[in-house]
Amino acid sequence: MELWFSEFHTPHVKFSIRVDRQLCCVKSKYQRIEVFESPEFGRFLTLDGYMMLTERDEFIYHEMITHVSMAVHPHAENILVIGAGDGGAMRELSKYKQIKKIDVAEIDSEVVRVCKEFLPHTSVEDERLTFFFEDGLKFVRNKNDEYDIIIVDSTDPFGPGEGLFSKEFYGNCFKALKSDGILINQHESPFYEKDAEAVKRTHKRIVQSFDISRCYQAHIPTYPSGHWLFGFAAKTLHPVRDLNADRWNALGIETRYYNTNLHKGAFCLPVYVEELLRDVE
Amino acid sequence: MNQQKTPIREALAQLEHNRIVPFDVPGHKRGKGSSNLREFLGKKTLSIDVNSMKPLDNLCHPVSVIKEAEQLAAEAFGAAHAFLMVGGTTSAVQAMIFYSVKRGEKIILPRNVHRSVLTALVLCGAVPVYIACKSCDKLGIEQGSSLEEVKKAISQNPDAKAILINNPTYYGICSDVAGIAEYARKRGMTVLADEAHGTHLYFAEGLPRPAIGAGADIAAVSMHKSGGSLTQSSFLLCGKNINANYMRKIINLTQTTSGSYLLLSSLDISRSNLAINGKRIFSDVLSLTEYARKEINGLGGYYAFSHELVDGEGVYDFDRTKLAINTLGTGLAGIEIYDILRDEYEIQIEFGDIANILAYISIGDNNKNIEMLIGALSEVKRRFARPEMDIMKYEYIAPIIRATPQEAFYHAQKKLPLRECAGRISAEFVMCYPPGIPIIAPGEEITSEIIEYISYAKEKGCLLTGAEDMRTDYINVLE
Repeated sequence: MELWFSEFHTPHVKFSIRVDRQLCCVKSKYQRIEVFESPEFGRFLTLDGYMMLTERDEFIYHEMITHVSMAVHPHAENILVIGAGDGGAMRELSKYKQIKKIDVAEIDSEVVRVCKEFLPHTSVEDERLTFFFEDGLKFVRNKNDEYDIIIVDSTDPFGPGEGLFSKEFYGNCFKALKSDGILINQHESPFYEKDAEAVKRTHKRIVQSFDISRCYQAHIPTYPSGHWLFGFAAKTLHPVRDLNADRWNALGIETRYYNTNLHKGAFCLPVYVEELLRDVE
Repeated sequence: MNQQKTPIREALAQLEHNRIVPFDVPGHKRGKGSSNLREFLGKKTLSIDVNSMKPLDNLCHPVSVIKEAEQLAAEAFGAAHAFLMVGGTTSAVQAMIFYSVKRGEKIILPRNVHRSVLTALVLCGAVPVYIACKSCDKLGIEQGSSLEEVKKAISQNPDAKAILINNPTYYGICSDVAGIAEYARKRGMTVLADEAHGTHLYFAEGLPRPAIGAGADIAAVSMHKSGGSLTQSSFLLCGKNINANYMRKIINLTQTTSGSYLLLSSLDISRSNLAINGKRIFSDVLSLTEYARKEINGLGGYYAFSHELVDGEGVYDFDRTKLAINTLGTGLAGIEIYDILRDEYEIQIEFGDIANILAYISIGDNNKNIEMLIGALSEVKRRFARPEMDIMKYEYIAPIIRATPQEAFYHAQKKLPLRECAGRISAEFVMCYPPGIPIIAPGEEITSEIIEYISYAKEKGCLLTGAEDMRTDYINVLE
């Protein structure tokens, strides 16, 4: 018998991973949450059948969604993470001593419970962490001038995470950020047509809300096309010019993907991606 | 009766199953003749777009499955008889008026009726008598009809044949339908209710009473609004004092002889759904609306009004499933916010008038969408709010009636620029759409206040309709 997890990356492209066994399958109020074990990627988490993370390549995503802004912001102390029930982003953030507070707004407490139990790899204990199990859009709506960095680690824009790709959400984030605040969001893939449309729509809405809005890329093998974008939006700080490499390197934070040279390179985008983004700027 | 039953749907399913060879209309022949249409609307849709035939009954003269669907609907709504309507609630409203009043006879009604009521008067020649009405302070909306004012109108017009009440208004305001019905019926009047915005009242708990339950004789119910059926499908409900066979003759005066089975089956299926699940559905809708109202009122600047308006008179009760929001405190007109929400935030709400917006919350909503709406409203306020400006105060102006709607509509007339119309008698309607309540109706004198109101509404971006001149720069007046 062969057991495979498959996900359609387009109606005509299928991505499959051989599975040893299913460890967990629960249906929460919002989605179906599953964890599988595989020979190639270790354990992996899916929501409604879409790949969220694997033990093997999650470090790329989580390092890139956290360290880029931390290396730019000169004194980031108060961080808000939206989504990220798996804990990977918080694991990276907890490496910074200067951070005083990490608030996490995750709508689905079941995701957190399942990940704690089945994905010890990404879970983290840190007393600076506070979980708020509520809608991310609602959470930021009630915040004013409070955070240095907001990280939006959402699912894709077609499921329960739709509100986290809306213009009102980015506007509310702007309001929740301090005057030198940074917003980082996972920005989907520019490659397949439907994903590229989401990239454009998202970028357009962020551009309308923030003075500085740039995208950077990473290579994530288990996501559609493997080519992934993140968004860096800020009120005043420039993602490359305001990078303080010496300061970050002096922190001695251990990483496997991110470094300050890659930081600069990640903002150099392929021509077709630049064009895609320029269309909506 | 078993409310699980959906006789029209079942007959359509059987027909599909039997693979009848169609040599009748529609000419697309279950979609085979129009691949573009089939591709766009779906194979299933076209396969049930069929004509009346023996196994499917006939809307103009129902004897089998449509009759059964009518009986099921009547039972579900607690009416003596129900008609399935395919010409929108407009057709239901017109039928109940044609049933109750003839040329020259009086009908008592509030002025904030839907255009379909007044166009029915143009067609049948009845004479409107308006119930005096107050507006809600600061909200710029009209109240319902208070029992006291209704009594006054009835005592001044004891010869009136019928009275019509909105239950509720677009904004959710209800009148004392039971009190009005009892008083008017004793005086021999037929009691009509426009329940275009009240389908859910028949199934929900803890909301205002539905009109038929409160003693009205006839009600026009927009099943396609809160009931979830397809656009243009509707119910006409009759109480026990109504002659259903005469009503059918009235309906057949203007009803199509090719009633759409898409619409009919959607009425059938939605009725079954509401009869079985309505209580739960509307309790969910109510909790979503109450949540949104609380959050929106917490944003500042907005006032999502509710039950606190109830005064036992003009606002006898309030339908709390309606999310109407007064926007004066943001310094923005409702219509401006309506446009910003669509253009900037890709959110389409039901309508915006000068001082209010209405977001329609229904059976199909969820928390995620509600959060997007609230989030967007908070952004609109942050980005666009102005100091509270003096948005034109809206006061109810009793119309000055110089001719019946029918006389004026068909009278010799001429076109005058809006600014020159003061003192003239209008030959046509002018209204903002939505909500489609006429600012001026045929036969009414155009005052300078009305001209000012129309100009202001245009300036704020309201879509003005009704006049022959598409831009409402001119109005046809009586010669």
